[in-house]
Amino acid sequence: MITKAMKQGLSFVFVMAFLVGCSSTDTKTGADGSNADANGGVTTGTADGGALGSSNGMDDGMEELDKVIYFDFDQAVLLPSARSLLLAHSERLRNSGASARLEGHADERGSREYNMALGERRANAVRDFMVLQGVSRSNLEVISYGEERPLNLGSGESSWSKNRRVEIDY
Amino acid sequence: MRKLLTLLFCCLVSPAFAQLTIEITQGVDNPTRIAVVPMGWSGSTPLPEDIAQIVAADLQRSGQFDPVPRTSMLSFPSRPADVFYRDWRGINAEYLLISSIEQRNGRYFVRYDVFDVLAQRKVISAGKVDGSPEQLRDIAHHISDKVYEKITGIRGAFSTQVLYVEAFQNQGQLDNFRLMLADADGARARLLLESDQPLLSPTWSPDGREIAYVSFETTRPAIFKQNLATGQREQLTNFTGLNGAPTFSPDGNRLAMVLSKDGNPEIYTLDLRTRQFSRVTNHYAIDTEPSWTADGEGVIFTSNRGGKPQIYKVTLASGRVERLTFDGEYNARGRVSKDGKTLVMVHQRQGVFHIAAQDLATGTLRILTETNLDESPTIAPNGAMLLYATRFGGKGILAAVSLDAGTKYRLPSKQGDVREPAWSPFFN
Repeated sequence: MITKAMKQGLSFVFVMAFLVGCSSTDTKTGADGSNADANGGVTTGTADGGALGSSNGMDDGMEELDKVIYFDFDQAVLLPSARSLLLAHSERLRNSGASARLEGHADERGSREYNMALGERRANAVRDFMVLQGVSRSNLEVISYGEERPLNLGSGESSWSKNRRVEIDY
Repeated sequence: MRKLLTLLFCCLVSPAFAQLTIEITQGVDNPTRIAVVPMGWSGSTPLPEDIAQIVAADLQRSGQFDPVPRTSMLSFPSRPADVFYRDWRGINAEYLLISSIEQRNGRYFVRYDVFDVLAQRKVISAGKVDGSPEQLRDIAHHISDKVYEKITGIRGAFSTQVLYVEAFQNQGQLDNFRLMLADADGARARLLLESDQPLLSPTWSPDGREIAYVSFETTRPAIFKQNLATGQREQLTNFTGLNGAPTFSPDGNRLAMVLSKDGNPEIYTLDLRTRQFSRVTNHYAIDTEPSWTADGEGVIFTSNRGGKPQIYKVTLASGRVERLTFDGEYNARGRVSKDGKTLVMVHQRQGVFHIAAQDLATGTLRILTETNLDESPTIAPNGAMLLYATRFGGKGILAAVSLDAGTKYRLPSKQGDVREPAWSPFFN
């Protein structure tokens, strides 16, 4: 019981730290060489859909959102560059009441079952953020594929940075 | 969205599957020279397997032996009366293995003799083994086991098998996973299970009759147990979250695993007789990859409770946890040798992932491999070698290294990406 409380406390502290951290600067944008094009330089969401990232639609906020959140090696900490995209997804999920599947993944380095746990940690980080944004926890399903379903089959940082991810599917 | 699950069971040998071939990359400095003479056979057609060649390849793969090429042999005796020691001293053979085979009532009978050339005496006299036409390779491995044990004093593990997972890609996606079973030399690969969803973490029961593994066939990870003789399978877990990393206890009565049903990856044991789950660890960090200590009284596991993944041991009776690895920033997926003396693991050094061995008494850690992206070490039941997964030529392959790092070989696959080897126990 103590551990469970501790765990929830820790994830709360961690998500809060993330939210606070994001409000300052965007220094980690694209630090892993992956996410810069989707979210780089985008500030907190405003009324004009420009904050919503990579699509060309600018009108009513229903344009397609990028569905992938990237992570650093052996980390499940949300990067500041992911914040605006996560806020946009959270808003949609909150408003629509839709269910989403959060698929956590890891790159090929290290051991497979540890990566399975790491993928779950990453998906949990996305879930915890969304829950704090008002998305119903029961609408969010977390599953980890570890390193079993790479997005990019190559080896090397350019592939690995694409594979350390959570895919938001709804 | 989810592709339909396809499952295929196959208990019989499927010759259509490509074998893993052996490439020896390093042997010991002074291997024992042994002449393995072609087997005497009076049949009218050649045997489907060259048994003497399989024995020579087994012994060479161990790294302890340097088989004399047939082209150097001055004679091909198959009966002890035809052996002249000078023929073998002259080509620097230290040992000589001769054999003959005959067929009676559809069964093959082999007799073999091993000579110490320098001492001029027999060390194995009239060894006998017999088998069906499908068992010619088994006959060869049996002879290899006996010769290896006689000369090295270590029980041979040539008659053992290996489980592994082979993954195939289609248009940039891994969408075909096969759980395979092969002889320890990679031959006679056969399909146990096929799925379009990931299969991983295969492991053996200590009696070699059952296996357990993780399958995503339900679109979520679940642990399954499968009987090798009947193909009968049973789903053991169906919890929310992680259901992974199964390993049987040394007595076969329990299965250790990771479950995150309470929100966090923790180590559990499942008593296979009572079906009771017991929680072993209790920490907000990742705890995973359990495997048993040699005496079955403890479980070692990977945890990042110190910030980075390291290997810990928990004593089941007391719940006491101690950290085992301190060298480097990433040590994971530990396995303890049967004698309890050595811990092997995935170890990162300067960004490269190797297999390393740690002496549990002294704490000294040695890197065994020179390859990168190494994972899933699995120790042979005689403790001489370990198999692991690595990448070579842009593909996932299996490779082997002796625990003293003196011998190395690869088992490249002609087809898919091969990973997650699990070396069987002795079968008898």
